[in-house]
Amino acid sequence: MPAGTVAGGGRVKSARQVERERLRRRRAYRSGSVASASTIIFLALVVAVVVNAPGWERVRAAFFDPAAFAEALPDVVAGFWVNVQIFLIAEPLILIAGLLIALVRELRAPVFFPLRALAVMYVDVFRGVPTLLVILLVGFGLPALRLQGVPDDEVTLGVIALTLSYTAYVAEVFRAGIATVHPGQRAAARSLGLSHTQAMRYVVLPQAVRNVVPPLLNDFVSLQKDTALVSTIGVIEALRQAQIYASSKFNYTPYLAAALLFVLLTIPMARFTDYLAARTARRRGA
Amino acid sequence: MTLLRIENLWKDYHGHSVLRGVDLAVAPHEVVCLIGASGSGKSTLLRCVNLLETVDDGAIFLDEEEITSPRADADAVRKRIGMVFQSYNLFPHMTVLDNICLAPVKAHGVPRGRAEEEARELLTRFGLADKAGAYPDRLSGGQQQRVAIIRALATRPRLMLLDEVTSALDPALVAEVLGVIRELREGGMTMILATHEMGFAREIADTVCFLDEGVLRERGTPEQIFTEPRHERTRAFLSTVIASRRL
Repeated sequence: MPAGTVAGGGRVKSARQVERERLRRRRAYRSGSVASASTIIFLALVVAVVVNAPGWERVRAAFFDPAAFAEALPDVVAGFWVNVQIFLIAEPLILIAGLLIALVRELRAPVFFPLRALAVMYVDVFRGVPTLLVILLVGFGLPALRLQGVPDDEVTLGVIALTLSYTAYVAEVFRAGIATVHPGQRAAARSLGLSHTQAMRYVVLPQAVRNVVPPLLNDFVSLQKDTALVSTIGVIEALRQAQIYASSKFNYTPYLAAALLFVLLTIPMARFTDYLAARTARRRGA
Repeated sequence: MTLLRIENLWKDYHGHSVLRGVDLAVAPHEVVCLIGASGSGKSTLLRCVNLLETVDDGAIFLDEEEITSPRADADAVRKRIGMVFQSYNLFPHMTVLDNICLAPVKAHGVPRGRAEEEARELLTRFGLADKAGAYPDRLSGGQQQRVAIIRALATRPRLMLLDEVTSALDPALVAEVLGVIRELREGGMTMILATHEMGFAREIADTVCFLDEGVLRERGTPEQIFTEPRHERTRAFLSTVIASRRL
């Protein structure tokens, strides 16, 4: 008996099924070949267009200089470590603050009206103002107040500004997540005697957070890039290092090095987001 | 002695009255079935009793205490009432055991160990002992609804409200849920059921109430309601039910 003709459970496959599976395999093989071929042709076309551009020689000298790349890389990497630190400190702060703001907006008791109004105002303002502007205002405005205890270190100010800006987005993501939980869940929790807070804590939030993990990760990716914006208030991070190098040596290759580092950091996060989304889709389908 | 007393209850939605002056008294251990067409106010009445809706006039008394008073502690009232929904509403992120133990532990202060022990006893009693560690989406509709009933039962309620608990189930699974309700009755549980299962209402109810456009048109023993309905609207409703072979 030829291989592949026995199904699970020892059932012998019919000739029709064997033929059907052979066709499916052939089709899958053909799809794979078409995908590979079209990718190669596409890449070759892009390279051909770029390399044959009239200014290519000058661009290559300015952006693709291996010697400049090797020379600048250690400094750019050192700067990039600052970006990573800013991200690692800002991200948990944003998650906590965003969740708190979302929860405050869900409070219904009249006592909390001022808090609720404040939360609404905060989200309206910081979602509207461009992140770069928030960084400039916080970076130059806060220390100028000369208040006791206000930090004047640029990295701290950068973290504060990014947290202020991103918390507004993340709060809205959490709120959307809370809205996706079916009202029947809350009704069931309350009918069992759980209070509003308990229903939120044990029933609504766990489901809401699960629902918003992919959009949250998307915001993380965005935050990773936006750490470069703090270069504007004098933080020597990857982009700034590249800039310093580029303006002293008249070579832009360090920008490419910085770009490469950011991409290397965001790609794993992006793939992880895809993986989680696919897993959720699979579970829903199951 | 009445356990629950509803007096002249009104409920409005968007300027339209869904309940129009309902009066009802339920004695301890009594089983009341609410019958009537969809939209007649059966579910709304149950939701009002559990304070999931605010009433627009009238009053509800539980153990002679007015629970519809704004001064009443809604959480404390709900702790004395168990409710089961048409769509089960199990918590999908928790196992069956956690679904059942959540309210006893968090709302009633029962120690975790004892709550689990009691939950397992209930699961065994209703033939679901092997499902304790399963998540709701791994259960059939009938199993989910039995878990939902156990979950409500685990808080030791004085009164159970069952809102069309078999309406989302296919006929083969209805029987297992009805079996659980039958057992609750034998245990002396006071219950109000909104139901479309007329045969079951006839079998299990002490009192059948016919709701029609938010008005309680007629109440009586199952025998009286199903064999000699007095109100013309009751007769019309029952004849449509018979025509659709639900009785």
